[in-house]
Amino acid sequence: MTSDVQVTQAPALEMRGITKRYPGVLANAGISLDVRPGEIHALLGENGAGKTTLMNILYGLARPDAGEILVDGTPVEITSPHDAIAHRISMVHQHFMLVPVLSVSDNILLGEEPMAGPIFLDRARAHRRIRELGKTFGWEIDPDQRVESLSVGWQQRVEILKALYRNARILVLDEPTAVLTPQETKEIFAVLRRLRAEGYAIIFISHKLHEVLEIADRITVIRRGKVVGSRTPAATNEEDLAEMMVGREVNLTADRGTSHPGEVILRVEQVRVKDDRRSEVVQGVDLEVRSGEILGIAGVAGNGQDELVEAIVGLRRPSSGRIELAGRDVTHAGPRQRHRLGVGFVPADRHRFGLVLSFPLTDNFILTDYYEPPYARGIIRNEAAIDARARRGIRDYDVRTPSATVTTGTLSGGNQQKLIVAREFDGEQRLLVLDQPTRGLDVGSIEFIHGQTIAKRDAGTAILLVSAELDEVLELSDRIAVIYRGQIVAVRDGRTADKNEIGILMATGGSGASGSPSSPAA
Amino acid sequence: MTTERPPSQGRRLVALPATVWAAVALPFISIVLALLVGSIVILASEVIVPGHPFDVTLPVTAYAALFEGAFGGLDPIVNTIRAATPLVLAGLAVGLAFKAGLFNIGAQGQFLLGALGSVTVGVALNQASPFIAIPAALLAGMLAGAAWGFIPGFLKAISGAHEVVTTIMLNYVAVSVIAWAVSGPLDQPGSPSPITAQVGNAALPVIIGRNGHLGVLVALAAVLAVGWLLFRTTRGFEIRTVGANPDAARYAGMQPRLIVVLTMSLAGVLAGLAGATVVLGVTHYMMASFGTTVGFDSIAVALLGRSSPVGIVFAAILFGAMRAGAPLMQIQTGSLIPAELVDVLQATILLFLAAHEVIRHILKLRGVKAGLETTDTIARTYGRESV
Amino acid sequence: MDGLIQLLYSVPVLGLLFQFVGYVIEIVPRIAPIILQNATPIALAALCGVMCERSGVVNIGIEGIMIAAAFVGWYVGVLVQPALGGDPSAFFGVTPALLVALGAALLAGMLISLLHAWLSITVRADQIISGTIINIAAFGLTGYLNTLISTTSPNGAGAFTRFRPPPEIADIPVVGWIAEMLLRQGPIAMSLIVIVIVFQVLLFRSRWGLRTRAVGEHPRAAETVGIDVIWVRYRNVVLAGALAALAGAYLSMEGTNSFQQGMTAGRGFIGLAAMIVGRWTPVGALGAALLFASARALGDSISFARPPGELGTLLGQLPGQFFDALPYLVTIIVLAGLIGRSIPPAADGQPYEREKAAA
Repeated sequence: MTSDVQVTQAPALEMRGITKRYPGVLANAGISLDVRPGEIHALLGENGAGKTTLMNILYGLARPDAGEILVDGTPVEITSPHDAIAHRISMVHQHFMLVPVLSVSDNILLGEEPMAGPIFLDRARAHRRIRELGKTFGWEIDPDQRVESLSVGWQQRVEILKALYRNARILVLDEPTAVLTPQETKEIFAVLRRLRAEGYAIIFISHKLHEVLEIADRITVIRRGKVVGSRTPAATNEEDLAEMMVGREVNLTADRGTSHPGEVILRVEQVRVKDDRRSEVVQGVDLEVRSGEILGIAGVAGNGQDELVEAIVGLRRPSSGRIELAGRDVTHAGPRQRHRLGVGFVPADRHRFGLVLSFPLTDNFILTDYYEPPYARGIIRNEAAIDARARRGIRDYDVRTPSATVTTGTLSGGNQQKLIVAREFDGEQRLLVLDQPTRGLDVGSIEFIHGQTIAKRDAGTAILLVSAELDEVLELSDRIAVIYRGQIVAVRDGRTADKNEIGILMATGGSGASGSPSSPAA
Repeated sequence: MTTERPPSQGRRLVALPATVWAAVALPFISIVLALLVGSIVILASEVIVPGHPFDVTLPVTAYAALFEGAFGGLDPIVNTIRAATPLVLAGLAVGLAFKAGLFNIGAQGQFLLGALGSVTVGVALNQASPFIAIPAALLAGMLAGAAWGFIPGFLKAISGAHEVVTTIMLNYVAVSVIAWAVSGPLDQPGSPSPITAQVGNAALPVIIGRNGHLGVLVALAAVLAVGWLLFRTTRGFEIRTVGANPDAARYAGMQPRLIVVLTMSLAGVLAGLAGATVVLGVTHYMMASFGTTVGFDSIAVALLGRSSPVGIVFAAILFGAMRAGAPLMQIQTGSLIPAELVDVLQATILLFLAAHEVIRHILKLRGVKAGLETTDTIARTYGRESV
Repeated sequence: MDGLIQLLYSVPVLGLLFQFVGYVIEIVPRIAPIILQNATPIALAALCGVMCERSGVVNIGIEGIMIAAAFVGWYVGVLVQPALGGDPSAFFGVTPALLVALGAALLAGMLISLLHAWLSITVRADQIISGTIINIAAFGLTGYLNTLISTTSPNGAGAFTRFRPPPEIADIPVVGWIAEMLLRQGPIAMSLIVIVIVFQVLLFRSRWGLRTRAVGEHPRAAETVGIDVIWVRYRNVVLAGALAALAGAYLSMEGTNSFQQGMTAGRGFIGLAAMIVGRWTPVGALGAALLFASARALGDSISFARPPGELGTLLGQLPGQFFDALPYLVTIIVLAGLIGRSIPPAADGQPYEREKAAA
């Protein structure tokens, strides 16, 4: 190991030579990693590098093919989360492991239930303990509140309380800042520093360079399942880490160039939308996107972005308001009519909306155009044209696949996303709606998609970009609109926007009312 | 998510031996295993029923009789075809619905209504020219079946009521409707028990052997039509997309609710046609106890045939042969082994198919298709308003 | 006031409606025990569904478990009656043979449930198809065996008898008929109420209930706090098999004392509807089962003794088959009317894979 860190104390946890093979992928190839009490050790790597696999092995959610785990110098066998918890290891997962319909206290006590007698739960005891734990951080917790009504930031606090409730000593946080505002990120960092001071051993997983430089005592970089090296923050910088992470020099910011906005393509007026539970989560949004510009929407997840996007592409009926596309009222038009008017849509959940995973690539390439010539003559499919379409898309958008007829589910996430981009970007679009277009992708795919997006803008397409990654919004947008509790609270110029200000707007809507545990959707 | 489904099932009609093996390996192994289990059941039956000398070779006797009853000459073969005909049609009714992510357990009810529809028109036109009476009676069966399939489709589209429950309920309602019609408006005056009049000229003509009726051609035409619809047309693409991922279908501008209603109605047409071929080709009249096993056999047929039109034909022949051969088996075993052994065999085949992963693991089969089509859409839409 | 009622009666449809409501109010106290009897197998089937689905396993094989348990209970009773003998005791007509038979029925139900659990949890077969196959297998095997042994036409082992509450109970004003409904029952119907209450309390207040719900909503989250998802599901599905078996046993050992092919008559599926309408809670499921059971009881009582007046004339014109179909029609209508507002456990029907390749 190319470590330039001096060992001062025995590690609380050590992983040695961890190897894990999935069909077709070597997820972990002999990874070694250790963390000492009172230390924050950052594990840095891009999406798909093997970070989550390694942590799943540590937490007993996956079994390694080789390697060993030592806790306090003693080899241990971790075959299930139960074992991990017994060794006082706790994990805050990237996708929170909370049961939405259960209360805060039920979520925290689940698995470690305090009992009154052999059968019944002693919820009162748990409530006291949870309130006490919360108070040590200055959090006013209502143990009876349902988790689904909490904001993302508060859900994360519940996850941390879950770990502390179990008397964990070794804490793993998997991409804890991915869904937070800059301010919330600061808060969680304060919590982590405090836990470090109390002697917790912390593994902090991230792909964000500036964050690991800020919080970590040590940084280990992995790439394609292998440890590339370890550094202290003092001995490295963003460029160095980026190169280690990706394996080549990386242009850290996309060159968005200058925009030349033209006529208004999308006009959203006073649109109100209800979610599946019939509560109004978009409350009178006004937006304009012009041809040749990228409008980015910044906001904490769950502030109505999903419903707004669904209303714009026609998957959800607004309860009131008006949506115009190139001067035509499309408020009540379905997805197909809008598609025909030149709307392309890259959905956030590509497995749910964008693709039929059990279909061959060919069918997914024509998913939205299957009924039109040349792919259909009348109601008869034209297989030759469909095949040609798929070949063209695969070639032009560099979709890596053995053939056009393999099942789409066998492609990697990046290639699946490229397929969607190839389908939606192709042709003369007036408007492209990109919802989390690079979530979970590797750097190469992200660069590619960002490049294509800017090229489409320069060709005169209006682009609406929604992303939970504030950095992505800041990097690409010509204008930035901040959404908070279903309303646009501010619009800023993309080139001069201040990250801090945007963050505050995302978290508070600008009114300064912070710290309420309820999410806007509640 | 299923990733094992073949990308272009049914598109290639001339298949290579390797792909044939991949498709039939698990069904074949399941059938062999089921016959083994069946022989254990037969031996156990000898123990349960007293008064017979224990005969170790009885399973062989039974299976030989089963085979002879199904394939031992022209008449048995015609009987097999006669039994397989409604199974093909009703199997298509279940299989087509599967493709749209719908579980049509209601083929039985649609079958009964189809039979009722065609017997009603058939009796009315029993003096008319066959060229008018037969198409009219078949059409009536299709429409009546379609109506019975439309109801659960419509209920699912407007309220999300899951077809697994509603179609079963409608099966029982259908039994009541038949009982009412046969004892009421359609009752043949003067007959001791409630039965309808004969369909006369509306009866399907015999085209093979002693009683092989025209229905078999109707069934084969339906196989081609369903295959064409599913794999060659945009409508079929919509059906398959809704079945594989209803959200993506909405995203693609399709109308899943409409597709659900359409598919259930088409399924009703097919099952109704099955009922029509039985009443016009075999019984020529209808009685209150017009209960056959077709409805539930059709589920087994669709599962074994993996919802593919070609697979359904083979599965229907298998189960049709068992039904046709069962009476001889019962006779040749001295009435010891009841014809219902077929039900046991059928269920056992399905059980082995469901446990295909285990069989694959034990026998170390590679590159073999899954035993049953996965239908996660059905489970996903269960109890939810999601199309 | 009287004038108003007279006026309302004079509107044709409304008048019939009033007469019908009046008839129902009058008849329900009299047929209340029958309603609970009809509801018992439906409610037990629904409870089986609740217990499975709360842990995330869809079980549409309930009907099959019921028919198998009904057969096993009855046939084991037939087999052991000569050996164990004994006259029916005053206590619910219990005989040693009946107890053994009941135990065998429960065991059979749990074994079939174990098969469903294995197929849907371990093999990860499609749960709806697994349930269907169980139905087909159970109907096939019981039909076969029933035909096989019918040649010997064995005598049954009898059935559990109903408790006869003192007649004064029925005379208690207002609630007398409810007491009558709860008490004029055999042991299985009577135990239903207890099972519902215990199940409801445990589901929301015990460790078992909390873990069950967590596993049904978000199995991954449950696993990350050290809960064995697979075990929780196995345990629930197998235990639920006993409930469905009790429903089957009711049919062949309490409701009647014989076995007939297909005697479950869709009650397992009506139970599933009751589970959905009752929003996956035991008390709700009982309520829905009582509603569906009332349809049958009302239909029976109408065809037995026609109500007076115009209503009776109208109902008299309906064919008897209409009343046979009534419970099924009511189930369809209620299900279509209430669904969408009834949300199943989030992980319902989805097999759980412990180790998934990182996406």
